[in-house]
Amino acid sequence: MIHALGAGLLFGVGLWLSGMANPRKVLDFLDVTGNWDPSLLLVMGGAVAVTAAFFRPIIRKKQLSFDKTAVDLPLVAGAALFGIGWGIGGYCPGPAITALSNLSAEAFVFVATMVAGGLLARIWPSSPGR
Amino acid sequence: MANFTPVASLIGGVLIGLASVWLLAANGRIAGISGILHGLFAQPPGDRSWRVLFITGLVAAGFAWHAFVAPAPVREGFGLGWAAAAGLLVGFGTRIGGGCTSGHGVCGLGRFSLRSLVAVMVFMGAGMATAYVMRHVL
Repeated sequence: MIHALGAGLLFGVGLWLSGMANPRKVLDFLDVTGNWDPSLLLVMGGAVAVTAAFFRPIIRKKQLSFDKTAVDLPLVAGAALFGIGWGIGGYCPGPAITALSNLSAEAFVFVATMVAGGLLARIWPSSPGR
Repeated sequence: MANFTPVASLIGGVLIGLASVWLLAANGRIAGISGILHGLFAQPPGDRSWRVLFITGLVAAGFAWHAFVAPAPVREGFGLGWAAAAGLLVGFGTRIGGGCTSGHGVCGLGRFSLRSLVAVMVFMGAGMATAYVMRHVL
């Protein structure tokens, strides 16, 4: 259980160091026509380089399975709605949660409505269990 | 590109990747933040304790960062109505789409999932289009 706390801490430090936790920087990346900041490509590149190296051996050793493989409407519609929300505020879930430490009204409102949005999604017929 | 921070961003990304590997190796869990958050409110209640601990670590990292490295960023002119609209869309979208930047991005791409690759392309595209509209049209 201590591992979950440690992993959360390390993940959060990574978000702050990388600039991901600063919505202004995220929007400077998403707005490719403005004063474009490609830094977040390196965040994703660095993170995926690590997971690509270690995930498959761990998944094999622990015999984990991921039942969902279909590219379907909920996936595409959900990703599109998520992307719109991301582009409005510059917050995706991890940065928004660690930004609660800013004690800013926008972070509290965003996280509260994000939870509400997740609960609202139960009306979707094929709502996933995770 | 005066705001480009390649070294810090690359190292930060590596730390995010290592944290994801840590959670998978120790707990057999995918570090998808939206999934961890939504799972807190799942009915019937299941494995909440590791989710609470991970989220606690995530928030504690922010407090530590502000105390020892840099003050919390302040943003002016971002209305709470926009924050609420964005939060609803992100919560709803990540729930039906089964993941976000971490679950589909960092973890999904790391295990070469086609489903996650499609999700990443869609939310990146939608995010870029929306950021353009917010900054240059509205």
